[in-house]
Amino acid sequence: MSTSLKDSAPQGARLPIRQGRSTKVRRQRVKAAWLFLAPMLIALTLVAGWPLFRTFFLSLTDASLSDLDAANIIGFENYLVYENGLWFGVLADHVWWQSVWNTVYFSIVSVSLEVIFGVIVALILNAEFKGRTIVRAAVLIPWAIPTIVSAQMWAWMLNDQFGIINHLLMMAGIIENPIAWTASATYSMWAVIMVDVWKTIPFVALLVLAALQMLPKDCYEAAEVDGIHPVRVFFKVTLPLITPALMVAVIFRLLDALRVFDVIYVLTSNSTSTMSMSVYARQQLVEFQDVGYGSAASTLLFLIIALATIAYLYVGRNKIQLGGD
Amino acid sequence: MNQRQLAKIAKRVGFWALIAVIMVYAVFPFYYAVITSIKPSSDLFMVELWPSNWNLDNYAQIFSQSSFVRAIFNSIIVAVSVVFIALLLGITASYALGRVRFRGRSTIMLVILGVSMFPQVAVLSGLFEVIRALNLYNNPAGLILSYTIFTLPFTVWVLTTFMKELPMELEEAAIMDGATPWVTITKVFLPLMWPAMATTGLLAFIAAWNEFLFALTFTLTDTQRTVPVAIALLSGGSAYELPWGPIMAASVVVTVPLVVLVIIFQRRIVSGLTAGAVKG
Repeated sequence: MSTSLKDSAPQGARLPIRQGRSTKVRRQRVKAAWLFLAPMLIALTLVAGWPLFRTFFLSLTDASLSDLDAANIIGFENYLVYENGLWFGVLADHVWWQSVWNTVYFSIVSVSLEVIFGVIVALILNAEFKGRTIVRAAVLIPWAIPTIVSAQMWAWMLNDQFGIINHLLMMAGIIENPIAWTASATYSMWAVIMVDVWKTIPFVALLVLAALQMLPKDCYEAAEVDGIHPVRVFFKVTLPLITPALMVAVIFRLLDALRVFDVIYVLTSNSTSTMSMSVYARQQLVEFQDVGYGSAASTLLFLIIALATIAYLYVGRNKIQLGGD
Repeated sequence: MNQRQLAKIAKRVGFWALIAVIMVYAVFPFYYAVITSIKPSSDLFMVELWPSNWNLDNYAQIFSQSSFVRAIFNSIIVAVSVVFIALLLGITASYALGRVRFRGRSTIMLVILGVSMFPQVAVLSGLFEVIRALNLYNNPAGLILSYTIFTLPFTVWVLTTFMKELPMELEEAAIMDGATPWVTITKVFLPLMWPAMATTGLLAFIAAWNEFLFALTFTLTDTQRTVPVAIALLSGGSAYELPWGPIMAASVVVTVPLVVLVIIFQRRIVSGLTAGAVKG
């Protein structure tokens, strides 16, 4: 299977049934194509298109969870409104801005760590050694474990009184008193990042490994003949060559990190020091039953992610082909 | 021994030490969960790397809870149905997108990619409405429906890339013989697509098995929940007396099938993930 990026460029040319052949067959095929697409398009409209539109609509109302039908349109008041000398709405809520900052901080720190460690793991898995298959399978394990479960496993290891991590750190003399990892405002974000990094290094490592395995062997042989230091070879040869694959991994991970929910919800519940945008929106929607306000937060999160995606596609449009013609 | 040999040995030792660190880092949390789950509750708060006593009380306890057994059952039903639906809709759609040239194809691919990057919470209130309107609230069927939002785009995307790689002579021969597109899919492509379908099916299964946000929001009672929600809510009671033994036992129970799948289908999963992402 070919997975290279440059490979995907001529895909349009490889499509079967060239134009100009029997047009009757062509027309029949196009009709069949739309017929085959219909179930998928209907399903996606039902679960994605329509709900997204409704979320936006609900964000302009004062709907509550207990009685969605009794909603009145109130314009943009859920976003921002000036009343009695004070600003109200999501955009005036410092908890929202805290959650925006938390999400951005979480995304940047965890994705950077994942990329660094992912590349290291990939470089090691790319070397030839006995038992490589076993190591690769072991590395995949964190990825397969449900996020909820990994959050619980780490919550137990990070337990302030009986957790093994505090125990080991105290035995090693690094800390004197146990740290309340998940409860303290200073450490809880790091606990969340630790769990996320653990879980997603495999994903980045595998993508980078796939790219590494397609690198041409000859430039490495040339570098070896010239006696160039391996570290220099990595930065001058390997890194530039795997950058496209790395960028794909980064964008996938970044978009995933911006919508983070499970790990934070399980590890630290609704604490404001780690609350992400998704946790904030869901809390408003479900716990406070304020569908209008929660939908406004959801819509803002959607806009932020959409903008990030569009910016990325615009910047990287030469590197990534959308499989189209 | 000269210096060069020494350096070589040091390099090998360092390499294997690094591999050991990676192995321990990847596997230890799971290992520790397994040990915790087989400890008697009296030993639970003793930190040790190897349990001095062990029994299966925690497992007996979670399996005696009908709600947990029910949750496993729900999870299996949801995940299997999601895989089935995603593959059925995915294979037909990917035929259209991968083999037929028509106007609007790139737009549809772009929409699919867009949907797969959706933050789930952005559709939460709208989807809640849809699910309530269809009378599927607090029903695993509602989860099956809502999970198509993240399994379907991915399935279509990966299957399309696989579909494009099949030789066109096959299809031309089928057309020459007067086969309709439906016959072409089922008789010509389906047999060749099994490996790709196994891969995407596996990834869809894992995604559905692990999903949390929708499962938490769209179900209400113990009997309708899936396993991730059941585990997250096991932590009930007071914050100071979390039932860590049973939580770890339940975690091991839901993770073991996944770990086994991953070890058996390692290669397939890797090829599926890289096809989905690198080609994206």
